[in-house]
Amino acid sequence: MRNRPPLLLLTSLVLLFLALPIVLIAAVSFSSAAYLTFPPPAFGLRWYRAYLGSADWLASTWLSIGVAAATVALATSLGTLAALALGRLPRAARTAAAALILSPLIVPGIVVAIGIYYAFSRWGLIGSPVGLVLAHTCLAVPFVVTSVGASLANFDRRLEQAARSLGATPWGAFRQVTLPLIRPGVLVGALFAFITSFDELIVALFLSGSGAVTLPRRMWDDLRFAIDPTIAAVATLTIAFTALLLGGAHLLRQRALR
Amino acid sequence: MTQAASAPVLLVGPLLLFMAAFYAFPVLAMLARSVTDPHPTLANFAHLAGDGVFLHVFGTTLRTAFIVTAGTLFLGYPVALALSRMRPTAATITLVIVLLPFWTSVLVRSYAWMVLLGRRGLINEALRALDLIDAPLRLLNTPLAVNLAMIHILLPYMILPIASVLRQIDPSLPRAAAGMGATPWGAFRQVVLPLSMPGALAGTLLVFVLSLGFYITPALVGGPRDLMLSQLIAQQVDLLNWPYAACLSVTLLAATLVLLGATQVLPGVRGAFRLGTR
Amino acid sequence: MDGGLSPIAATRLGRGASVSLVDLEKRFEGVGAVRGISLEIASGEFLTLLGPSGSGKTTTLMMIAGFETPSGGDIAIDRASVVGVPPHRRNIGMVFQNYALFPHLTVAENIAFPLKQRGVDRGTRAVRVKEALALVRLPGYEARYPRQLSGGQQQRVALARAIVFQPRLLLMDEPLGALDKQLRESLQLEMRRLHADLGITFVYVTHDQEEALTMSDRIAVVNEGRIAQLGAPEALYDRPCDRFVASFLGESNFLTGTVRGMETGVVVAECAGAVLRGVAPQALAAGAAVTLSTRPERMRFADALPAAPGNRLRATVTEAVFAGERCRYLLRAEDGTMLVVKEPSSATTRRRAVGEVAELAWPVADTVVV
Repeated sequence: MRNRPPLLLLTSLVLLFLALPIVLIAAVSFSSAAYLTFPPPAFGLRWYRAYLGSADWLASTWLSIGVAAATVALATSLGTLAALALGRLPRAARTAAAALILSPLIVPGIVVAIGIYYAFSRWGLIGSPVGLVLAHTCLAVPFVVTSVGASLANFDRRLEQAARSLGATPWGAFRQVTLPLIRPGVLVGALFAFITSFDELIVALFLSGSGAVTLPRRMWDDLRFAIDPTIAAVATLTIAFTALLLGGAHLLRQRALR
Repeated sequence: MTQAASAPVLLVGPLLLFMAAFYAFPVLAMLARSVTDPHPTLANFAHLAGDGVFLHVFGTTLRTAFIVTAGTLFLGYPVALALSRMRPTAATITLVIVLLPFWTSVLVRSYAWMVLLGRRGLINEALRALDLIDAPLRLLNTPLAVNLAMIHILLPYMILPIASVLRQIDPSLPRAAAGMGATPWGAFRQVVLPLSMPGALAGTLLVFVLSLGFYITPALVGGPRDLMLSQLIAQQVDLLNWPYAACLSVTLLAATLVLLGATQVLPGVRGAFRLGTR
Repeated sequence: MDGGLSPIAATRLGRGASVSLVDLEKRFEGVGAVRGISLEIASGEFLTLLGPSGSGKTTTLMMIAGFETPSGGDIAIDRASVVGVPPHRRNIGMVFQNYALFPHLTVAENIAFPLKQRGVDRGTRAVRVKEALALVRLPGYEARYPRQLSGGQQQRVALARAIVFQPRLLLMDEPLGALDKQLRESLQLEMRRLHADLGITFVYVTHDQEEALTMSDRIAVVNEGRIAQLGAPEALYDRPCDRFVASFLGESNFLTGTVRGMETGVVVAECAGAVLRGVAPQALAAGAAVTLSTRPERMRFADALPAAPGNRLRATVTEAVFAGERCRYLLRAEDGTMLVVKEPSSATTRRRAVGEVAELAWPVADTVVV
């Protein structure tokens, strides 16, 4: 079936609608104007310099990277171990465990956020990176479990048995056979976990306090005061960063398929 | 036996304990406030029915979800259809354009709409440059802004499930219909469209459910008089009115679960649905 | 290498392990998959567990390997119980269905895997890998990846990997199941050669009766979680103990009737309107119901034989098929029993026509009570 001109025209318009706002942000970020205006009078790196010259922005950036890295470590290790064993649980237990693990994908963000805020505020975890890491791990785990689970679906359990029959300990069989073969799934899960934490805002709105202001939280705060093109520069950088990570994930998947 | 049976529990256990402690318990404890405050009661829910603010917000939320769902369906279906018929290279480029916003944070995308719709934003400036208007139009902080931004954000969730179902339709079927004398439009309407319904249904439910819980976008581009349910919940938390916030949360969660429950029952939707979630 | 004896072949001097299964049982969620199997496997024996799918043969193998824990009974290797010993400490070689080669490792790394687990140094590993590859006739394949090999080659690598660490017992789970017939036949011969060279004990699982008959020293026919019959291939074929074994292992004709009496080890019975004799393992009471079994290729048309042996039966030809090396006839006896007769083909034998009434004759020794 060929696409006819009207359909192609409509499709192009929708694609333009999808791409335009993001292209626009990038364009604004290179503006030389002091305030938000379009088209920019001239182009320059003024707002990137403003970003790099701001201690607050940089502190938030490093905090977000740190929180995301810790989230990756926790979510990937807990999620990978769970994914390995989920399939071997009895049916009823498996269904219940999967429902809990995957539910953050379904439960509305605001409900999760205020629930966590409700408990964490009593535990003194507001304004602390630790609280953010604990919460983000719960949000990121579903991506790790599904990604590792997908790798495991293609993994022949007999390979593990073969390794055991050849003298490998359970840990040895996991390290030498299972892990190398599911590694792409683990890495993709880790990338998703990173992006989930790095972009997360709703939980951060409640948990950040004044002591742990993540990058999305700082953008949000700034947006409420004034639309300063520094945000456009930050946004452009995060888009580029995310795209880079996703490109990496895509390559990993391709490699896994070969 | 013990070794084989206990090993899975030891591996899944840590994650389950972690999520129980830092996710399930907090959320459930919060939700419990809806029926335990000030004493065990269902009165809080009874109040909702006669609560003008709640009914207004609930109405706004449902209306927004309907408009956004309809908008994404009408804009998303043609893209999915075109995508399913494209050659590999064109399909890849299209998919990247669809996925790029999909993976850009909601915050950044909402910000983009602020830039577009603001008083000195692209649209007002363009209209002024063309001398079509004298004073800037009020576009930002309106229901229109919320609808546009949410359609933009949720379009990929509609396109992907439909495209995945369309791709599974045997291309010889519309050809066979054409061979039996159907016009291209007839072949589409009588063969392709009915076969793609599970994907459209999955996308529709997904977008509707996600719309119900939107918070960041309406908070940034919406007006103060058109609060969505999530915004009302956040507001009540700021006022430390936990029982009310918990009641609203239970309502939002229940609506979400009921709609998602429908996806498990409707035939064919389940498979398409899985591909739809990122 | 002194005396030119390779370390792998030298295992032969240590001979194979003996295996004994005692009342072995395995239940899955209450359902018995293996229901009391007792079996003594001698050192250096090639024993085949033969049975249909779901008979419990693979479960039995998995229990010997240590991947399933018995619900009851005992497994001893060289007289020491191994129940509770994890698979990696059993030192048993195993070849899996579809080979289970590690796709991320080269052929050499696959074969070196068990040596690495045992702390063998790199230099020795390379030598042993080379030797193992020579033994399975794949020299020079070290650097390939499994996906670059044909099915038969993968099978050989799996075999090399399972014997390179000199186990005294090798378990094989339908190792030839995925290969085509010709390759299967040549690998069967190679497996026998390898068994003779190594002198270790082989336990082989298959559902293919021809494979079992060709390779085994002894066959245990497994059905519904129990051993239906145990014995050398010829014994099982000539003296099947029951209807299941008689029909699963080759083809059989069954004739049912009533016992008239006994003559030293032979039952005399009235079947299909004739008086027939068959070898009976135990005495049967007159008047009891009895089923006699005979292989189709042991039956002949009486008029083509110089002297008529033992049993005789009249039947009508209902179907005649020429199948190259033999003719296959389907006949109906007077009581309606259907019989198959396979007659070696030759230019001089007369082809029977459908509808012809013929007299069949066959030796009493080829007739058994089942």
